[in-house]
Amino acid sequence: MGERDPKTTEGSNTDLVGLYSQMRRVRTFEERVGELFVRGLSAGSMLHLSIGEESAAVGVCAAMKDGDTFTTHHRGHGIFLARGADPERMMAEIAGKQTGYCHGKGGSMHIADMGLGHLGANAIVGGGIPAVVGAALVAQQRKTGAVSVAFFGDGAMQQGILYESMNMAALWNLPAVFVCINNQYGMGTRIDQATRATALHERAIAFGLNGETVDGLDVIAVRDAAQRIVDAARGGTPGFLAIDCYRFFGHARKDKSPYRDADEEEEGRRKDPVAFARAALVEAGHDEAELDAIDAAAVAEMDATIDFADRSEEPPLSSMFRDVFAVGEPEPEPLADRIDRVLARD
Amino acid sequence: MAQMTYRDALKKALHDAMSEDEDVFVIGEEVGRYGGAYGVTKGLIDEFGPERLRDTPISEPAIVGTAVGAAMAGMRPVAELMYVDFIGMTMDQLCNQAAKIRYMFGGQIGVPMVLRTQGGTGRSAGAQHSQSLEAWVMHTPGLRLVMPGTVYDAYHLLRQALRQPDPVVFIEHKALYAMSEEVDLDVPPPDWGKAVVRRSGADLVIVTYSRQVHHALQAAEALAGQGVEATVIDLRTLNPLDFETIRQAVEPIGRVMVVSEGPLTAGVAAELSARITEECFDFLHDPVIRVAGEDVPISVSVALEAASVPSADLVAETARKMLA
Ligand SMILES: Cc1ncc(C[n+]2csc(CCOP(=O)(O)OP(=O)(O)O)c2C)c(N)n1
Ligand SMILES: [Mg+2]
Repeated sequence: MGERDPKTTEGSNTDLVGLYSQMRRVRTFEERVGELFVRGLSAGSMLHLSIGEESAAVGVCAAMKDGDTFTTHHRGHGIFLARGADPERMMAEIAGKQTGYCHGKGGSMHIADMGLGHLGANAIVGGGIPAVVGAALVAQQRKTGAVSVAFFGDGAMQQGILYESMNMAALWNLPAVFVCINNQYGMGTRIDQATRATALHERAIAFGLNGETVDGLDVIAVRDAAQRIVDAARGGTPGFLAIDCYRFFGHARKDKSPYRDADEEEEGRRKDPVAFARAALVEAGHDEAELDAIDAAAVAEMDATIDFADRSEEPPLSSMFRDVFAVGEPEPEPLADRIDRVLARD
Repeated sequence: MAQMTYRDALKKALHDAMSEDEDVFVIGEEVGRYGGAYGVTKGLIDEFGPERLRDTPISEPAIVGTAVGAAMAGMRPVAELMYVDFIGMTMDQLCNQAAKIRYMFGGQIGVPMVLRTQGGTGRSAGAQHSQSLEAWVMHTPGLRLVMPGTVYDAYHLLRQALRQPDPVVFIEHKALYAMSEEVDLDVPPPDWGKAVVRRSGADLVIVTYSRQVHHALQAAEALAGQGVEATVIDLRTLNPLDFETIRQAVEPIGRVMVVSEGPLTAGVAAELSARITEECFDFLHDPVIRVAGEDVPISVSVALEAASVPSADLVAETARKMLA
């Protein structure tokens, strides 16, 4: 795993250029999220960067089609971008602004866009997994041909709801895919401190799903594994894919990872899917200038997101009462109005 | 007297309880090596070891259920839920198991566990990490419910909770961890289940708990400058509920505001308001006024988050309207 020669594999170099460029966009976006926080422009510090995990987002999304749906965990910026999100609206959401995808209500951990099939990021570990079973059930009954993909971290592997969900997906032959981005840590807990069953895909196989583990160093390998799993799911055999990678930085913006030693981090950060793809492209004959241009385009695109977020307005206070229920339904009465009404009685 | 934070008072309470009683242990996510998501258990593992600061996988129902079993088997677990918002996942273990075991089994056994968690707004943490869910707990017979608002109470209420024969849900407020106060922990605490009158004034009674105690006290200061004197009651424990302290304050004054960060409808303030109305009806000049969270989820937007829960300004403004 991981040590493939890009020149001799089925993923063409053109594909790799595309995948590299997507991964670079993801990385640059995440770097800008870090900057947004440092500059005090983000809404809070609960921002989880997917740096080091770009191949998971980009590789799996490359195997998905228009009309497919997905949910993500709290570290889902890269996945959403790779499914076509507008990075400016994403950054505005992360800043809690009106121009964001959820008008500042959701933020980084609860971002969504139904137009792109994003049924929602989730701040509850494992919380978004069963919705994929529901979406897959509808796809099956309505014969839409869509698959639904749940993205989650290794931490969610110890949540019971994952097993209830996989079991039902297998029982009913649903077009559902479960993708575990195994960055080795759930906050400060290393995967082997959370479970003895570290061959994660075996659990899925036990429930009757297809199951594989792939090294996230090589985005082509991730894409190919994802293609197998996603295609089989589209045909009625749900699947599970674990992608091994390393969480380059702390859990959220304030975590400096004191529970990992420097050697381990250095070793972990050597598993860099973006650098690996770039090296593969160079080896395959792409010149540095071409790749630099891709990087520069990502920088220009993502720099603009901070300005956009910063320039955007806060949501109006009246929006607080909107969307508790459907448009057209009565909104909750503001507290101050109720108090005035009650006190005006006599 | 010593200067201490709410966080350190909680840590000291755990430390002292664990030193005195071998049966006390902590179980939860990141409670050991990491020291707790909000740092409450930081360093305790060095003194008490990984068995008594037991790090778990991310498996909330099993964490709470394990604490239930350990309590039944004779120990005194402190289960930690990183956010009260995750209580929904554990509701069966908490409400169908822990809360009902003594009763269903005809009094044969109790479940002397503490579920420590934290809630409330203040970090732009959004709809799934900012809630005030105490009403869910208060609604369930068989559960004690503690919500400390001061550093002194953080220490003593946790110590007292760890001596209870029944399950106690102990909800801290995330915005209070860094709050530092001058405290003398050697002063003996009020009896378990007693409210405390934090301030006395003849014009209005404000009944509240947890972080809103501070908003109420700030509001009372502001009002005092304008000639309005408020009594502020800090309930400290919602179950047991010290209604006598409320009654004694309310009857001579006849004007009451109840303040709670949780959503208004069917919330703690609603229960308190109903009880005061029933029991003190003849003494009331005005309806009991509830100042509570708006009936909406909490937003990530800093502005929306702040506007969706009571502030000191809102408490003061409401008091002025009541006395106008
Ligand atoms: C139900 C639940 N429990 C605990 C948490 C607190 N928490 C947030 S992220 C996290 C670690 C998750 O690890 P993993 O699933 O591996 O995702 P990663 O952060 O590594 O991407 C924890 C414990 C939570 N948000 N939800
Ligand atoms: Mg992880």
